[in-house]
Amino acid sequence: MTTNAAIRVQNLTKKFGSFVAVDDISFDAAEGKITALLGPSGSGKSTVLRMIAGLETPTAGRIWIEDDETTFKSVQERRVGFVFQHYALFRHMTVAQNVAFGLAVRKQSKADQAERVDELLDLVQLSPFADRYPDQLSGGQRQRVALARALAPRPRVLLLDEPFGALDARVRKDLRHWLDDLHRELGVTSLFVTHDQDEALELAHEVVVMHEGGIEQMGSPSQIYDEPQTAFVAGFIGSPNVLHGRVAAGHVLVGDHRVPGADHLAEGAAARAFVRPHDVRLAEWGPDGGAVEARVDRVSSLGWLSRVMLRLGDGQTIVAEMPSDELIDLTEGTTVAVDLRRAKAFETAEPVGAPSE
Amino acid sequence: MASAAHTVQRKRVLRAPTATRLRHWTLRGAAITYLVAMIVVPVAAIISKGFAGGLDTFREAMASAGAWEAIRLTLVTSALAAITNAIFGTMLAYVLVRYRFRGRGLLSAIVDLPFAIPTLVTGVMLVAIYGPNTPIGKAFGSVGIQLMFSQLAVLLALCVVTLPFVVRTVQPVLLELDTAEEEAAQVLGASAWKTFRAVVMPAIRPAIAAGALLAFARGLGEFGSIVFVSGNIEGRTKTAPYFIFQLTNQFKPDQAAAVATLLFAISFALVLVTSRLVRTERKEAKA
Amino acid sequence: MSVVLGPPRLVDVTPGSEEMRRRGRRRALVRGAIVAACLLYLAVVLVAPLVGIFLSAFSEGLPTVFETLTAPEVRHAFFLTFQITIVTLLVTTSLGAVTAWVLVRHRFVGRRIMNALVELPLAMSPVTVGLACVLLFGRGGWFEPWFTARGIQVIFALPSMILVTIFICIPFVIRSVAPVLEELGTEEEDAARTLGASTSQTLFRVILPNIRWGLLYGIALTTARSIGEIGAVLIVSGMLKGQTETATIYVLTAFEERMDTEGYIVALTLAAISIVMLGVIEISKRRKIREVMG
Repeated sequence: MTTNAAIRVQNLTKKFGSFVAVDDISFDAAEGKITALLGPSGSGKSTVLRMIAGLETPTAGRIWIEDDETTFKSVQERRVGFVFQHYALFRHMTVAQNVAFGLAVRKQSKADQAERVDELLDLVQLSPFADRYPDQLSGGQRQRVALARALAPRPRVLLLDEPFGALDARVRKDLRHWLDDLHRELGVTSLFVTHDQDEALELAHEVVVMHEGGIEQMGSPSQIYDEPQTAFVAGFIGSPNVLHGRVAAGHVLVGDHRVPGADHLAEGAAARAFVRPHDVRLAEWGPDGGAVEARVDRVSSLGWLSRVMLRLGDGQTIVAEMPSDELIDLTEGTTVAVDLRRAKAFETAEPVGAPSE
Repeated sequence: MASAAHTVQRKRVLRAPTATRLRHWTLRGAAITYLVAMIVVPVAAIISKGFAGGLDTFREAMASAGAWEAIRLTLVTSALAAITNAIFGTMLAYVLVRYRFRGRGLLSAIVDLPFAIPTLVTGVMLVAIYGPNTPIGKAFGSVGIQLMFSQLAVLLALCVVTLPFVVRTVQPVLLELDTAEEEAAQVLGASAWKTFRAVVMPAIRPAIAAGALLAFARGLGEFGSIVFVSGNIEGRTKTAPYFIFQLTNQFKPDQAAAVATLLFAISFALVLVTSRLVRTERKEAKA
Repeated sequence: MSVVLGPPRLVDVTPGSEEMRRRGRRRALVRGAIVAACLLYLAVVLVAPLVGIFLSAFSEGLPTVFETLTAPEVRHAFFLTFQITIVTLLVTTSLGAVTAWVLVRHRFVGRRIMNALVELPLAMSPVTVGLACVLLFGRGGWFEPWFTARGIQVIFALPSMILVTIFICIPFVIRSVAPVLEELGTEEEDAARTLGASTSQTLFRVILPNIRWGLLYGIALTTARSIGEIGAVLIVSGMLKGQTETATIYVLTAFEERMDTEGYIVALTLAAISIVMLGVIEISKRRKIREVMG
């Protein structure tokens, strides 16, 4: 048993009746690092987190927290910190009482409690709000109190369930940076669940992509982004274009066009090619080896970024994005050459739901 | 790098820790014992006694003097009281929700008064102000209307006792109603009355019906106020609950149980139906 | 039933115009009529009777009131009512809270039936409840032999009066606590557990404070109902004077024995107590709603 894993999960399964929410999952969360469980809703990621906390009982599998097997331990014995999506602050207690709760139930002295509460409120920059009640705080403030409360009893690991899910976009970004700074300061092993890929890729050291109860891929953010290993990951991360076609001689045949990158796939198989909008290169149309012909449908300028909607001969559409100053002179109706060299192709098994969130 | 890997090991199925399961079953056991002992057993006693002799017991009971009149009186007066309170209750709910005035809290409390005050005291109060020896009672008496110890008295008592039901079912629905729909109707040219009929009424109609049915069910079983104000005159102002009371005192528990089962069956069916109505209303309103 | 709206009428609706003033007057008139009708109805069914009982109770002056309220039978009657109410409160509050918990937080077969059972006492006439008690504990009853063999008197004594009152009051605490528990959800309880709180710590520090107004509302309703119970206790009491007369039964027998003023006095006292309970009911009802809104 390697000691680098603060959280280890092995063959974890959870069934609700005949519905399999989590299907035989195994992974490690490294000590002192932030690990993200990323996936669409219904992928089972929250259930995994709750099982690690002890809030749900696994149907099968084992869990270790810092080399200590906690599979059969009660929630209280596990000493984890948990932050809920909707904060779950105790509505009848002040901010200070909320933060002190984990210490009060362990019967620490009032003096010790007060000291630790002050320390934490200082850390989350909410000291002036100590005597306020939760309903007097904004969403972002409440989540910071929830964090302080979870950290007060010095938990071994910190678990966060979609911590910014209930907040609006601006607050979400601010809190994300703030959590990053906090983690650098404290170094607590953190495992958080999210459906927001920007959040996962920006914050986490390790990302576990989940889908329909199973793990699709695990790795660093750049690995996940640049080297997707399944069709789902390719489609979920980065809002790519999806082109459907068939494998022919190492290319995916999309209508009349040949998209490279299918050498590893079986000849004749149905396949999908994923290419991200900013990986689509445009050039003037002319006789050229690997380019695909497309017609410009619309050009939108979003400030520094420009978006071009393109239509292929067979009707499929592609979106290309590029910095506005790189925009070659394009008007609607122009024919351009589209370079899809950076596409990634995967076989299509059965029809899967829309890959991008 | 690995995707979900299947292990060769047999997977053990886990169950919740023993302490938790024990606690669950103790709590469940306590609740079930409580309800079975306190509710199921008495009801079983009534029903089994009532049906022990089959329909004959019921027929015997109904052969007593004034039996059918008692049932009819109970049904008719409860229905009339329910309808009266449907009308006034809706108005009261509307006033409490839509109008703003000082003393709104007091009005709300007055409406709830019949839920707090003993039913017998309600009867006593009515006789105190409308009895044959009071100014009001005498005034009505001189024109031939007997207010107390009459069928009118039964109706009046039921109106008091069932007052809160419709108000309470209509009020929450009115509160949740978005005035935007009414405003839209008004912008399109509808008068206040048309707006009420087209927008508000359809929304509160189920609530009014539920409240009226609950009031009716409550009226069927009323005893405390009626035993005081009606005079319990055989064949004229005796109600079904009083009839059951009589049979019990005459040591005819099987007949009493037969009539009681009938009354109870009607009330319980109504309570169940309206419970579901109210619950689905609330769910739909939230959606 | 749909209402067909005709084409918009062209009307001068500038503020201050004749039409606007007319509409304003009409609206005020309608409002006034509705409010007047409501107030008149309430006056007839509630306010006037309250005045009536007040006047009748004091019709023989203050000294009679004191005499009556200090008379031994009256004091005993109130004491009996008090005993019944206390026991009923203890049983229905504790077991009612547990039942509400089980109904909301547990999932099991038969939960729907349990829910229906809780509603059942609301549909039963009190005389039927009294009858059921007689059938169970009276002569020839299901449980009568067991108690007679041990010399325990149930019917025509305090135990049966308590039992019928409990039956009638079962739904109140359950129906007021269950929706509060439902709306609160499990998040705060989960949070408490992750912070290390034991079951009892979670119960006392998190759950009870959160349901206190719902609980108080149920308790207030139960108290008012226990104090006011007549039909069922009348049947099971046997009306033994000075022994099994509750306050309400005293009122009834007082009038039967033509002691009208005494009857009015005790009835007014009961009305006064229930108005105090009404105050508690209203306050806790409002706090309960505000709590649940969060």
